[in-house]
Amino acid sequence: MARATPEIPNASMADIAFLLLTFFLVTTTINNDKGLSIGLPPPPDPNKKDEIKMQEKNIFKIQVNSSDALLIEGEPMEDVSGLKEMIIKFIKNNGVDPASSESPEKAIVSFKTDRGTSHKRFVEILDIVQGAYYDIYAEEAGVSNKVWREAAAKLSDPQSKAIYERGKKDYPMNISIAEPTKVGN
Amino acid sequence: MSKFKKKAEVKQEIPTSSMPDVVFMLLFFFMVTTEMRKSSIEVKQQIPKAAQLRKLERKTLVANLYIGQPTKIEFGTEEKIQANDAFINTTDIIRWVNEEKSKLAEAEREQLTISIKGDKDAKRGIIADVETELRKGNARKVLYTASDNSNQRKN
Repeated sequence: MARATPEIPNASMADIAFLLLTFFLVTTTINNDKGLSIGLPPPPDPNKKDEIKMQEKNIFKIQVNSSDALLIEGEPMEDVSGLKEMIIKFIKNNGVDPASSESPEKAIVSFKTDRGTSHKRFVEILDIVQGAYYDIYAEEAGVSNKVWREAAAKLSDPQSKAIYERGKKDYPMNISIAEPTKVGN
Repeated sequence: MSKFKKKAEVKQEIPTSSMPDVVFMLLFFFMVTTEMRKSSIEVKQQIPKAAQLRKLERKTLVANLYIGQPTKIEFGTEEKIQANDAFINTTDIIRWVNEEKSKLAEAEREQLTISIKGDKDAKRGIIADVETELRKGNARKVLYTASDNSNQRKN
């Protein structure tokens, strides 16, 4: 008796695979772990009074109030497009303008917000401030801003580390994010 | 002329026998890369945009905090902090940080990065409170998650 060879029909294989594929396509969420990276200062020491006097000229003041309005060095500012240039100029002043910073080491960008400031505005301004530093770093290292930031993400690679350190050498990122005021909440 | 006639008789069909293989390959790719979310996010998450983004070197060293208004009305309209699958108070953050640290190898604990996924309308007040607690809990590497807008705006 001739027996039919047992066979699994595989014509629908592609359909099944497509179905599974579609399921995974839809459920997949590619995690985006990109963002603005900062290091927080150590917790305040209750035994030590942290009143270090800074010279007014070495501080670049950025203030944002509870309705997201911006104050740069005491002057209101609507359009933020020129802010980055102002910060770069401030950091690299090196005592040229007596009313601006003495050296990049002493220059501090102080960023003060209110409790009512939106996170969106906070990120927008922090982005500009960090952008100013990254532009300087990239210029120092002789690469583009993007390349420098990519190098900073893989410090295990010696070549990237060299770029990273070449950029950062003379310009510490002194961004002070002050405790927010309590007007709007 | 007859030269061209012959060509028209050639069968024009794409071989489909390898189709399942191709599809399976794609399927395996997505199966491997996919990461099922352990918990659903119960707070609003419209991530703000920024240009100067930094990538993280190692994804295993990241702990996420979601901050925003609850999506469900029964939790109120006040902004909340979600860690893993539960809402937590600012006072619980130090404990949470220690829990997250204990999941890592001893040598890597200091490298833990806290990724703050704040909604764009979240207020600075609650995020500043979180930062204060993170400083106390000695988890001082922070990443404000943002999506890239450098292609839309010149920087």
